[in-house]
Amino acid sequence: MKTDWTALTVFILFFALVTVLGFMAARWRRGGDAEHLDEWGLGGRSFGTVISWFLLGGDLYTAYTFIAVPALIYGVGAQGFYAVPYTIIAWPLVFLFLPRLWSVARSKGYVTLADFARGRYGSKSVAVAVALTGILATMPYIALQLVGIQAVLDTLHVGGSSSFGKDLPLLIAFAVLAAYTYSSGLRAPALIAFVKDTLVYVVVIVAIIYIPIRLGGYGHIFHDAAAAMAKTNPATGKPRGAMIPGAQAQWAYATLALGSAMALFMYPHSATGVMAAKNRLTVRRNLAIMPAYSLMLGLLSLLGFMAVSAGVGKGVKGYNSQLAVPQLFEQMFPSWFAGVAFAAIGIGALVPAAIMSIAAANLFTRNIYKDLIKPDATPAQETKVAKLVSLVVKLGALGFVLGIDKQFSINLQLLGGIWILQTFPAIVTGLFVRWFHRWALLVGWAAGMAYGTYEAYGVAAPGKPGSHFGGSSANIPAIGQIGYIGVTALVLNIVVAVVLTLVLKALKAPEGVDETTAADYTADADETPVSGDPEHGSDVIAPVTT
Amino acid sequence: MSQSSPVKLPLVTPVRVVCAVLLVAPFVALLWVNSYATLTPAFIGIPFFYWYQLLWVVLSALMTGLAYVLFTREERQRKAQRVARGGEQA
Repeated sequence: MKTDWTALTVFILFFALVTVLGFMAARWRRGGDAEHLDEWGLGGRSFGTVISWFLLGGDLYTAYTFIAVPALIYGVGAQGFYAVPYTIIAWPLVFLFLPRLWSVARSKGYVTLADFARGRYGSKSVAVAVALTGILATMPYIALQLVGIQAVLDTLHVGGSSSFGKDLPLLIAFAVLAAYTYSSGLRAPALIAFVKDTLVYVVVIVAIIYIPIRLGGYGHIFHDAAAAMAKTNPATGKPRGAMIPGAQAQWAYATLALGSAMALFMYPHSATGVMAAKNRLTVRRNLAIMPAYSLMLGLLSLLGFMAVSAGVGKGVKGYNSQLAVPQLFEQMFPSWFAGVAFAAIGIGALVPAAIMSIAAANLFTRNIYKDLIKPDATPAQETKVAKLVSLVVKLGALGFVLGIDKQFSINLQLLGGIWILQTFPAIVTGLFVRWFHRWALLVGWAAGMAYGTYEAYGVAAPGKPGSHFGGSSANIPAIGQIGYIGVTALVLNIVVAVVLTLVLKALKAPEGVDETTAADYTADADETPVSGDPEHGSDVIAPVTT
Repeated sequence: MSQSSPVKLPLVTPVRVVCAVLLVAPFVALLWVNSYATLTPAFIGIPFFYWYQLLWVVLSALMTGLAYVLFTREERQRKAQRVARGGEQA
């Protein structure tokens, strides 16, 4: 295999550009007190509609979009398309509760979802549970971004043959990422997101028009795909996949879409993106315009079928389907444009990886370091710890990449999704009513986590009996259908929490103090200053974009 | 603060019901997989299953957008009403 120097040069140029942007971001729109965690960890809570849109889009539609979703469709067909209904229903769902979350966070100075849980339920243990789940779920998600970069680097044939030499380019990319995240905080990914999303849109639009023309039209692509999906896989003795979900697979399809949508804004990095918005209207307006990204994801996922039709990976034994999209680009596009496409994937991995590590660092700092270890930490100390933790989190993610089977990196994210979904009752119901008892929430969470992990452990990878964590769907007890484990675990979680709440209320167990008031949930930037921190309350920083 | 204001506006209004319907419709349509798990009719060679869901991306975007406009407009009116009736800024 020969290295494509044109593509590699274009890729490196874009990478250099975003590196410069990443470091410059430290000076961009700097406001207030640079030592405060709001500055490093939330970009000064100053982002308007345009920046928030790019930031959230850059945050939520990751290398996962580009690599893993088409890879799954390439591998099994229709079942991988669940990502489309997932992103469709996510927006109307969060439309209901995110404005309330933003308001209470602004009003009370919360930086993380766990901060909210502590304030609402007066319970450090619920907060720690939410924080730990967030950190645990974010690690594999960051790892997924690494897998995305790795797939591009593999396709570009960079890196030596030794195992260290092979990983060296990835290590360099991550070292650079870690350095500018450390120095610039959330401003770095916010600025780089402009480059990322522009590249992604250009590549997607070109890909869905240019590639089908070269392959002889969509009819031809789906015809080839149907033939390939019907072929028997020698490892499992079953057809490779299906073009539509059969009656057996529809529960799994629907529950995966629903569970993933509910999990989306329980992730620390999504919450960070929302809390960085400057006012309530910005949040709501963004939720109304976010579906533009869903359309992009839907079109992108069709690339999986295009790769089948183009014969990518055909006849290669044990083919790594993560390479399907990069290799499709390499095969179809002229070198220079393949370089642009690879840059889109690579940068598409850097932006979310940066935000995720910041979000995980915020969680650790606020809800473990400050709540449990050093309650009198100053804002400057918080910022310092958060910066260091952002480095540690990235190292942890590297460990994930080197330790777990990469064939379906989407399953890593799905395992994290099962966990993070278990924080849904505490957070989302908490935004509307304070009915649940804090101890009941904790036990429900533990039950959901244990059940979800146990069930996922029992799922063998296709064609590898006896293996573990091979998927995220299993039998739903009492219904007898195959469904997403996360949703089953969530139902168990809620049932346990409801029953225990009734019991604890009957026993008059201490409820804890709720520090929020009804007005906090509808407050806006122009009416409520951040408590105890007046200089962060009003918009001292003028937006550069309108 | 609105919570301390003596004026109570109705929680369920016609506009809010419309918003709820707009927001709930995508759930019903997309979680009912059996209603669209079919290959035909195809559109420019794309099986029904795929183009139907892509069409819902656009529909859902329009519906969420409409809900946003309706809800924001009503919230502005309610704010004005609260100020007028309660004599206190909400």
